[in-house]
Amino acid sequence: MSDKNKPQTIAQKILAYHCGRDYVSEGEIVNADVDIVLGNDITLPIAIEEFDKIGTGRVFDKEKVVVVPDHFAPNKDIKSAQQCKFIREFARKQDIKNYFEVGKMGIEHALLPELGLVLPGNLVVGADSHTCTYGALGAASTGVGSTDVAVAMATGKLWFMVPKTIKFIYSGSLKKLITGKDLILYTIGLIGVDGALYKSMEFSGPAVSKLSMDSRFTMSNMAIEAGGKFGIFEVDGITEEFLKSRSNGDYKIFKSDPDAEYEKIYNIDCSSIELQVAAPHLPSNARNARDLSNVTIDQVVIGSCTNGRMEDLRIAAEILNGRKVDENIRTIIIPATQNIYLEALKKGYIEIFINSGCVVSTPTCGPCLGGHMGVLAEGERAVSTTNRNFVGRMGHPKSEVYLSGPAVAAASAVAGRIATPEEVM
Amino acid sequence: MIIRERVIKYGDNVNTDVIIPARYLNTTDDRELASHCFEDLDKDFKEKVKERKIIVAGNNFGCGSSREHAPLSIKASGVKAIIASSFARIFFRNAINIGLPVIASIEASNFIQDGNELEIDLNKGEITDVTRNKIFNINPLPEFIQGIIRSGGYVKFTKENIRK
Repeated sequence: MSDKNKPQTIAQKILAYHCGRDYVSEGEIVNADVDIVLGNDITLPIAIEEFDKIGTGRVFDKEKVVVVPDHFAPNKDIKSAQQCKFIREFARKQDIKNYFEVGKMGIEHALLPELGLVLPGNLVVGADSHTCTYGALGAASTGVGSTDVAVAMATGKLWFMVPKTIKFIYSGSLKKLITGKDLILYTIGLIGVDGALYKSMEFSGPAVSKLSMDSRFTMSNMAIEAGGKFGIFEVDGITEEFLKSRSNGDYKIFKSDPDAEYEKIYNIDCSSIELQVAAPHLPSNARNARDLSNVTIDQVVIGSCTNGRMEDLRIAAEILNGRKVDENIRTIIIPATQNIYLEALKKGYIEIFINSGCVVSTPTCGPCLGGHMGVLAEGERAVSTTNRNFVGRMGHPKSEVYLSGPAVAAASAVAGRIATPEEVM
Repeated sequence: MIIRERVIKYGDNVNTDVIIPARYLNTTDDRELASHCFEDLDKDFKEKVKERKIIVAGNNFGCGSSREHAPLSIKASGVKAIIASSFARIFFRNAINIGLPVIASIEASNFIQDGNELEIDLNKGEITDVTRNKIFNINPLPEFIQGIIRSGGYVKFTKENIRK
């Protein structure tokens, strides 16, 4: 069989296309053209220092480099302000078109899809591990380090090892209130935090074909928490509907061949999956939320690149509407972008949140990585819709984070302990 | 290149949040980063690393964030090499890209104990546990990655290849 006719996965096809070939084999190292290179206020400062050493002077394409100060912005302290200033000056000097100042800024992985900056078939790298989020759009997208971003900014190319693919087929109908977060926590619980190390995860099957884009972004976002390189969905009607107002349709759709080789295939019956919580200190410690109802908490965070989108805020608002958060709980809600914030305002969600005793923040990664806007003290415990619960992730090394979706987070805020919505509604 | 040093041993899933907590990511100064390296995992690391400069760990070393501050802080602490059963992929790339030797070996990582003295010969592809007198062969890295290491990191490698 000629290479051209060999069956390939989406990951192989996108990488092959970006190095001008018909076929690439798994394990091969290729130097491929990237469509988007992304950096933020934490990772870009190092990338700029390395970029300057390469000596090209200019970025390869000022339209394809995206700069988002979102982690410690709005500036949390003087050092963070210096870092934000450094990347702002770089963006100005390089005439970067897609630089998003505070006011336009949103959490990068919610912002780029919202603005139509990532399209199906794209090859995207970002100096942020959750860059895999864009796999929800049928893109091959992955997190890299600052030096990688420096080289990609200078040359428009980067080396990739073509990954093997693990396929996940989700079937059965979802129980009430189950979202992408529950499916991905369940999946990581099943395979472990290195269960997809170096691999492309392909999410498919009748159950996810009905999932909203917001839920798909959540699933792709957490591919990295299983060690994955990509977390890809095939483009379908729901993807195309999402893209209608965001692109002129000028993109290339890649699908895995029916006889493509997978390292492993997991068949997951969703009809038995309940609301999930990942207990400290690994995202793979997935449990049924109802089994953790004796866990008292101090704080709830609803937001982040994982769960700060409209679907998440809608679910939280439905649960919090007409209820008060427990008087001992600080509940912090962070819409992921300005547009999401505005839409939540128009829909009345922000009023619901404030009336129920939550605080609503401007977009920022903030507490997810223990930066600002909700850092935990020694011995404190949070339920959070974010993506990691490693030791010290949200603050003090002796604090704890329980990861959940928006339904459990909102219900827990009302109950003052880990709770499911049916306990408070 | 031959590295002869003693070992600090850690377990599985040593993640980037414990290697360098995000609260210190408001700087790019590697010496400042090094002063907080591993502080949430092992508060004695700073003392240990004065005498022992090879880290040996279990599965999935460096999982989590893409922060290059993690391998930078380890390298600036004086660590000469990391041996682990497996590495998280972004950490592995970052370490290669900044010229910090990383070696994946399940056998070596299982066998080598905290405090042992090792000799790593990267050219021969061997790890010798001098304390317990045992040799492990290292799987050679792909040629392309060896090229990056020979150049002393990805930036130097790129500069050389742009000139060509």
